[in-house]
Amino acid sequence: MPHDHADHDHPHTLLPSDPALRVKALETILTQKGLIDPAALDEIIETYETKIGPRNGAHVVAKAWTDPAFKAALLKDATAVVSEMGYYGRQGEHMIVVENTYEVHNIVVCTLCSCYPWPLLGIPPTWYKSDAYRARAVREPRKVLAEFGVTLPSDMAVRVWDSTAETRYLVLPQRPKGTDGMDEAALMDLISRDSMIGAGLASAP
Amino acid sequence: MSRVHDMGGRFGDGAIVPEAEDDSVFQEDWHGRALAVTLAAGALGKWNIDISRHGRECLPPVDYASMSYYEKWMAGLAGLLVDANVLTREELALGCAIGSSDLTAKRMDADRVAGVLASGGPADRPSDVTVAYSVGDMVRTRKINGNRHVNGGHTRLPSYAVGAVGRIVMIHGTHILPDSSAHRLGDAAEPLYAVAFAASELWANPEHPKDEVVLDLWQSYLSAAT
Repeated sequence: MPHDHADHDHPHTLLPSDPALRVKALETILTQKGLIDPAALDEIIETYETKIGPRNGAHVVAKAWTDPAFKAALLKDATAVVSEMGYYGRQGEHMIVVENTYEVHNIVVCTLCSCYPWPLLGIPPTWYKSDAYRARAVREPRKVLAEFGVTLPSDMAVRVWDSTAETRYLVLPQRPKGTDGMDEAALMDLISRDSMIGAGLASAP
Repeated sequence: MSRVHDMGGRFGDGAIVPEAEDDSVFQEDWHGRALAVTLAAGALGKWNIDISRHGRECLPPVDYASMSYYEKWMAGLAGLLVDANVLTREELALGCAIGSSDLTAKRMDADRVAGVLASGGPADRPSDVTVAYSVGDMVRTRKINGNRHVNGGHTRLPSYAVGAVGRIVMIHGTHILPDSSAHRLGDAAEPLYAVAFAASELWANPEHPKDEVVLDLWQSYLSAAT
């Protein structure tokens, strides 16, 4: 069971001080021990670099913008709906989609760690995991949004979702004006990662 | 009392520096390696997600505050490996394996990666605990925060939301209780709710009267408020 170690005897202090060497040391020991397959590490990295990322989320959002029945189902049971699209997996076992409207803007944070919907957005960006975002998004979301270049209308509420359990939240951004004739593929290009966290808005065409 | 990771609402942090949408997923090669080693070691099945979170939270505050994100992961992992008797302190100090392991059959080989990542690890479990609240009910969070089983143990009620009155907005079903699971005391599943708090209930100077913060909270963190 994890327990408190005095500062000087925590196991990590036994490893090299350079972080890259520290990782290498753990990988080496675990590989020698027969507990890790280095090829599996390559596979994990490649998966999150090339296969599982914000394009998945953008696909879901674009479909919701163009298909009202799909959107209704998504808002009711996101896990089932995104699973059918092949977007179920680690850190996305209990998905909830929250919709931005003219009345409310949603923004997601994890103040206690870095919970994030991996199957739909991939690995979180550094800013999402930063102390500044974790500390400030709940208390002053509008100042935080301003740092992303977003200013909301004065009568719009902000709802901050602090991901304190295994539920994972995806924001359904508002569809931009002037996109009426656009198809799913064209719409996907307007949907940024940040807009699905709620730190941004979908782009104008 | 809480721990260093519980920073929601804290003052003193600077501006957020967003990186570009198309920046690398891993800014350094070792970041990806750190994530992958952590997932591969997790696949050995010697700890669950709550234990691993608590491992990082137990880092000395001075280390937690000074380490970068993946440094925290590595430090947390080193602690988990030693605490779960997967590796010894001597092995970490020497940088090489001493002796064999009885866990080699659990190794996640490359051909299993896609399946493991796609199958995930759901946290909902059946529970005998009766769902006590309905959507719309007002509840109050614990006034005194902290794990009721283990002093200084893991819990998921952030300090900024202690003793606050909010409104149930969703019922998520019954989920593993981290306060129990993080300490190998069993799943102890119980109802989990999304609870919305007015910003004015949490902050001395809320930004806007309409703003809310929603947290996912377990039933044992809550009592009825009228």
